[in-house]
Amino acid sequence: MTWVSGWKPWFLALALLHGIIGCAGFFAPYDPTEQDRDRPYLPPMKIHLVDAAGHFHLRPFFYSMQLREGSFELFEERAERAIPLRFFVRGAPYRLFGILPSHLHLFGAEASRICLVGSDAYGRDQLSRILYGGQISLLAGLMGMGLTLFLGVLIGAIAGFYGGWRDGLLMRVVELFVALPWLYLLFAFRAFLPLTVSPVQAFFLIILVIGAVGWARPARLIRGVVLSAKERDFVRAARGFGATDGYLLRRHILPETSSVILTQAAILVPQFVLAEMTLSFLGLGVPEPVPSWGSLLTSLQQYSVLVSYWWMYLPALAIVPFFLGYLGLASALQEDAGTGKIEKTMGEGRW
Amino acid sequence: MVSMARLSTFGRWLSCGLLLASTGITSLCANGFPPQAGSSEELLTLPGEIGKQGGRLVVSLRAEPKTLNPLTAADAPSREVILGAMQADLIHINRATQLTESALAKSWKVSADGLQYTLTLRKGLRFSDGHPVDADDVLFTFRVYLDENVHATQRDQLIVGGKPITLRRVDAQTVVFQLAKTYGAGERLFDGLAILPRHLLEKPYTEGRLSQAWTLATPPSEWAGLGPFRLKEYVAGQKLTLERNPYYWKQDAKGDRLPYLNELVFLFVPNADAQVLRFQSGETDLISRLGAESFSVLSRQQNGYTMSDAGPGLEYNFLFFNLGELGEKAPPDLARKMKWFREVKFRRAISAAIDRDAIVRLVYQGRGAALWGPVAPGNRRWGNSAIPHPARSLEKARALLKEAGFSWTAEPSGEPALVDSDGKPVEFSILTSSTNADRTKMATLIQDDLRQLGMRVQIVPMEFRSLIDRVTQTREYEACVLGLVSFDADPTPEMNVWLSSGGTHLWNPSQSRPATAWEAEIDRQMEQQLAAPSFEQRKKSFDRVQEILAENEPMIFLASPDILAGAKNSIGNFHPAVLEPYVLWNAEQLYFRNATGNASK
Repeated sequence: MTWVSGWKPWFLALALLHGIIGCAGFFAPYDPTEQDRDRPYLPPMKIHLVDAAGHFHLRPFFYSMQLREGSFELFEERAERAIPLRFFVRGAPYRLFGILPSHLHLFGAEASRICLVGSDAYGRDQLSRILYGGQISLLAGLMGMGLTLFLGVLIGAIAGFYGGWRDGLLMRVVELFVALPWLYLLFAFRAFLPLTVSPVQAFFLIILVIGAVGWARPARLIRGVVLSAKERDFVRAARGFGATDGYLLRRHILPETSSVILTQAAILVPQFVLAEMTLSFLGLGVPEPVPSWGSLLTSLQQYSVLVSYWWMYLPALAIVPFFLGYLGLASALQEDAGTGKIEKTMGEGRW
Repeated sequence: MVSMARLSTFGRWLSCGLLLASTGITSLCANGFPPQAGSSEELLTLPGEIGKQGGRLVVSLRAEPKTLNPLTAADAPSREVILGAMQADLIHINRATQLTESALAKSWKVSADGLQYTLTLRKGLRFSDGHPVDADDVLFTFRVYLDENVHATQRDQLIVGGKPITLRRVDAQTVVFQLAKTYGAGERLFDGLAILPRHLLEKPYTEGRLSQAWTLATPPSEWAGLGPFRLKEYVAGQKLTLERNPYYWKQDAKGDRLPYLNELVFLFVPNADAQVLRFQSGETDLISRLGAESFSVLSRQQNGYTMSDAGPGLEYNFLFFNLGELGEKAPPDLARKMKWFREVKFRRAISAAIDRDAIVRLVYQGRGAALWGPVAPGNRRWGNSAIPHPARSLEKARALLKEAGFSWTAEPSGEPALVDSDGKPVEFSILTSSTNADRTKMATLIQDDLRQLGMRVQIVPMEFRSLIDRVTQTREYEACVLGLVSFDADPTPEMNVWLSSGGTHLWNPSQSRPATAWEAEIDRQMEQQLAAPSFEQRKKSFDRVQEILAENEPMIFLASPDILAGAKNSIGNFHPAVLEPYVLWNAEQLYFRNATGNASK
């Protein structure tokens, strides 16, 4: 069996991207909720190597930005003093992966805040918000995927393995769920929930909503695989030797579904990240001031922001590498699964 | 007296802009013979720039008006169209000076006891269909307004001292209004009360179907008014076209009959951003009710139009806590929190911790004013200058909280958390209207301000109607950020907000008896200002109300936005006012400087 095929680079790239988001506290220079009320909608700051007088500096530096006199939206660089960019600085406290307390940040500066990709309406650092927002969005996608697949495997396996009226009933329920317009269902679902929810509650509610709505499709796929697997010769043989249902499922049938599950996982994560973003974009997600990619984009609903502050689009760009990674992984896994199956069946000498 | 103060229902971003476009080729008037100002007519002469006749002005309206019937018009777009352009009142409040001036009534006299108002109509007045106006129309109008079976929206306003106003005809030009009780701003009552044509409406009235009359589908021949424009065409879902009223009763300094414009078109554009785009593309000629951010976008690329900032308006935004008496049905959690809210030091601490300057800067981009009382700087006469404007002080806030028995615990996360005397953490939620980006932004700033005091605040954006329902009906909320806009600079229309029995007494509406001594004092002062005969006495009472509000902070006043508007450069006499309707209040004087108008349509 050749496993050198294409899924590994995709997986490594994704691991790296998730690592960055997971260590958002380290890569982000500031706390994502810290406001700088003197600098709302600050455009991305420029990093210089050559100062106003034409001298070259080895250490990158930047100039602090100030509102132009009498204006509330135009910023200008104050070229009097170059503020050097420092690496591995102590700053706002955070917890790495939510556990390890730390103060260390990849970069920062002493005299002024550095906003590499600008700031939002409250002067909050956009880079920090994108990184921290990714934690919410990706975690929602991953946990939603886990919940969905758990439900999908459970229901799909029961329906496929036991068949009969159980299969009929479960598959009708699946069809019902597939046929429902799920965005509206999400709305309805969220509307029933209490008004005031803390960010943590809201987060788990989103995952619950995603899981409740998303399980139907994987369940149907897995049922199909189980249905075909349970009629395979080696399964029948095992049954003939007196294997119990539990043993058959565990040992012979569910392993057959692994490639479908993995591919589904890779497809579902970006789909659920998008679901979380949709909910947050529409104001039904994690509440302010906690960022998520969807809520970072909500300000773009206003025409004035849309035409004035291009850096507010950046959270939308942030999702692109993740989506590419997941979709690449999914298609690589699918290819693998296809060839793997043929080799396996050929190896067993059925042909 | 029911308040006309209106919850500013929609976000500023969803609000209405008025826009105009014009073609120079519109016909003059359908009847063909524009009457000349004869000696029998007493036209009102308006000062101001002399304009040119002609043109078609296009403005956008935030929603389709629901009706053209002044009796049933409760929605803002209907009121804007009816009162702004189609109808006229006996005595009018000048939107620029904020003072009353004669309108259909050439003059009025108040009796010594302040109970009798004698109004004399202008001579030669005609409705827009040419039918003459006399005292009978006035009597008919008020009979209809006061008829309980008609359910006119104006009825409550005309009940003074518990009794309806009574009218007596003296002669064809003179009517006497009798009030049961002195009413501070008596002549201001007449503003916005359209005089209706008896010859058209008496039949539906006797048949009992008056409230169904004058829908948008009414043919123009069955409609008549006294405003500068009259009905021409209504296209459902798209626009309402008005044409010049050839019998209008105002003239310019040169003696030419107003209005100048041939047509006034209201486009229905429900989205504020779409209104900005239409104005930018020249499709509409005027825009108002702009948010500060849209205003800067438009100001940045001024292209054939000029933007103008009329200064702070009458809108005041505030944070308030639920101070109601919920009794036993209150959820225990809410009842526990309401104990904090009733503590005046708690409210003062919150007020001291709020950074109002940041609100003006970040929410209104500096185009607004910080507030410490309900009278916005746009109101020229009623503000109490003695109200202190303390700067933001977290130290003062902390000291007040300590005095009130609150303390801080060290949290493992590092930030100290505020706890009450029972050791429960101070956490509450603030409702905001989800359609109003400005107020949600204010709440977000307040959230951060209060985090520095160790309070955990959550923001709950809600659909506006369910929010109002929660605040005034179910009362299951903790705090809320809202704004109010008064139609008038006078405090009387806001009685409903300040009286403890008022339905818009937001922190504890519709009380049967004042819950606190200071609310009782406000009630007393408001009644006094209503009955006081002179402005000085009324002002004194209202000053006292403002002081009580500043001391007790049932509402923590935040900021007031500027009135922002824009118009094409070719439009003359464009003077946005801080009172509604911000730009169309002088619709009869607006004109196009270039002869052809803006033929953008």
